[in-house]
Amino acid sequence: METPVLIFKCVLVVALFIVSLLVAMYSTYAERKVAAFLQDRLGPNRAGVFGLLQPLADGVKMFMKEEIIPNVSNKTLFILGPCLAMITALMAGVLIPWGGNLEIAGHVFALQITDLNIGILYIFGVTSLGVYGIMIGGWASNNKYSLFGAIRASAQMVSYEIAMGLAIIALIMTTGTMSLSEIAHQQGSGYANIVYQPLGFLIFLICVFAELNRAPFDMPESESELVGGYHTEYSSMKLGFYLFAEYINMFISSAVLVTFYLGGYNFPFQAELNSMLGLSTNAATLLGTGVFFLKIFFFIFFFMWVRWTLPRFRYDQLMKLGWQSLIPISILNVLITGLVMWFTGKIN
Amino acid sequence: MQSLTNRSKVVERKEMTLAERLYLPAIVNGMVITIKHLFKKKTTISYPEVQREFSDIYRGHHVLKRDDDGAERCTACGLCAVSCPAEAITMVAAERKPGEEKLYREEKYASTYEINMLRCIFCGLCEEACPKEAIFLTDRIVPSNFERGGFVFGKDKLVEKVDLRIDVSKRQTKSVLEFKTHKQYSHNKLINK
Amino acid sequence: MTQYAFYFLAFVSILCALMVVFSKNPIHSVLYLVLTFFSIAGQYLLLNAQFLAVVHIVVYSGAIMVLFLFVLMLLNLNTEAEPQKSTWLKFAAVISGGLLLITFVASLKGSENMALVQKNPEIGLTANLGKILFNEFALPFEISSILLLSAMVGAVMLSQKEKEAKQ
Repeated sequence: METPVLIFKCVLVVALFIVSLLVAMYSTYAERKVAAFLQDRLGPNRAGVFGLLQPLADGVKMFMKEEIIPNVSNKTLFILGPCLAMITALMAGVLIPWGGNLEIAGHVFALQITDLNIGILYIFGVTSLGVYGIMIGGWASNNKYSLFGAIRASAQMVSYEIAMGLAIIALIMTTGTMSLSEIAHQQGSGYANIVYQPLGFLIFLICVFAELNRAPFDMPESESELVGGYHTEYSSMKLGFYLFAEYINMFISSAVLVTFYLGGYNFPFQAELNSMLGLSTNAATLLGTGVFFLKIFFFIFFFMWVRWTLPRFRYDQLMKLGWQSLIPISILNVLITGLVMWFTGKIN
Repeated sequence: MQSLTNRSKVVERKEMTLAERLYLPAIVNGMVITIKHLFKKKTTISYPEVQREFSDIYRGHHVLKRDDDGAERCTACGLCAVSCPAEAITMVAAERKPGEEKLYREEKYASTYEINMLRCIFCGLCEEACPKEAIFLTDRIVPSNFERGGFVFGKDKLVEKVDLRIDVSKRQTKSVLEFKTHKQYSHNKLINK
Repeated sequence: MTQYAFYFLAFVSILCALMVVFSKNPIHSVLYLVLTFFSIAGQYLLLNAQFLAVVHIVVYSGAIMVLFLFVLMLLNLNTEAEPQKSTWLKFAAVISGGLLLITFVASLKGSENMALVQKNPEIGLTANLGKILFNEFALPFEISSILLLSAMVGAVMLSQKEKEAKQ
């Protein structure tokens, strides 16, 4: 790899890391604010203007809290749990195309850290590993509630991965590629994939909720029955890591969702708009990135909106939905996609 | 069993239609309801900056009044303690010594006067019973405390400062003063005896 | 570079595999096994078999090992619950394990000349793999899927029987 490209990639990695953490930080603030607003309250508004410094205060609080490691726990694994949760949360962001191409000093850089031709599979693999952080942490705590949370999380994630995978298979059939940049690029010239895969989008969305352990699928930490679920025994920044990992996951999942189904960094009439305003390539790319982030923020808001609307599923309802509804429907979706493609002559 | 009121309804558990079993319309309905609340007026009152409107006759923190010359009005008659349904008031009476005329209005005064704010139910009967217009309930809020002992308010917290009078005119309306003139309503007398 | 990566991954995978056998705590064994799978997935990547590498991680590390962990957590094994094996049993285990090793070594002895990967380095890519699986090897592929289906049906049958007995 040439030196300028290498430097650019390094900058991008650091930028992605910082942006992920920032978005996660402000997601905690947004969650509280959205929750409050949906319940006719004001939410945090004491730290700074509109409470904008609240995440900072929370961070300081997390660091200052006493660090408790239970005597009867498995210490190595107890520490390993939140680390794994954080690592797997940060890993998936590498593949997401954050925008088109940037031209700096005669070099053309893609706003993507790396593009694998098995991109979708990689993301799928990383999400399937996300459960380890929760499982190990929950087991190592040596606490019944933690163990229950961990077991629920693993069963839930393994179940919903299947439907998710089948939804993605239908997507791969229509796009014909597994590279994320290619998928994003395709949607720039045609319609967004949601037009071709409305059912797939719905299934994927529901599965993302389940994979994120977010309401209405927040069984692993259902506070009314399991105290705190898998992180009952955690305190200080280890707890912070778990909570942070959840929000980073939310950010990355929204990005993946938008890239897969809603056109990524593309937006309707972008070519017309760009020529009308006479934007340069760089400006157009940055505009696309801005639109991409807007879409992501909408989905983060959507996750919160759903959380403060729907009640939690019962565990058997969750399993029934996953195995008896989503998996058959997603298989049907694959079948329909195949048939339509066959009749329209896309495959022979 | 026959119902007594005829108001009970029999719940019908009919088979759900396909649209109902999908739950999606119901979910969308719920989402619309919550998003409407996003734009509604918030009910929170940001307390120290904005205060909820107090009623004119709000009964809060007690005050032991002084007269216009700054002498304590209380004569330790004990009517307030007798009238108190929660038995929150205790006092010790003492005789005024020569030279203390500026401090106490009459020959007898309360050397200690304590109200246990944990017992007090803020009913206002002490105020009603007082023949000297010495005790009033004000629109001040009783502050919180970490210890039980901190809630037993002595004279230091109850008696108003000479240079910092507490306005009780809202509670001394005409009808109240009129009421106080009728001795037969007084608590230490039985009516029609 | 590739060679160093190979030696590193080989070292990690063998070390972790040994730790799977030697660690006292079954949970630790499972976690070491996960690490072993990871290093093997790395080896697949070195062989340019990307699809196999990722599917290996998704299926083995992401699903099967999670279920293993799941079961172990529910069992809550510890040293007191561990059954004491007799010396004879240990002896027999060592001999059969050794025999298995000899079999593997013997069967792999002539394989250094095969150079399968050099013939078509692109064979591990998803598209090529799919074409081969569904053209040349369609029948074995489908037969193996029937094998999995039968196992699934068997599992369903087993769980169904218990239900009937209860009624």
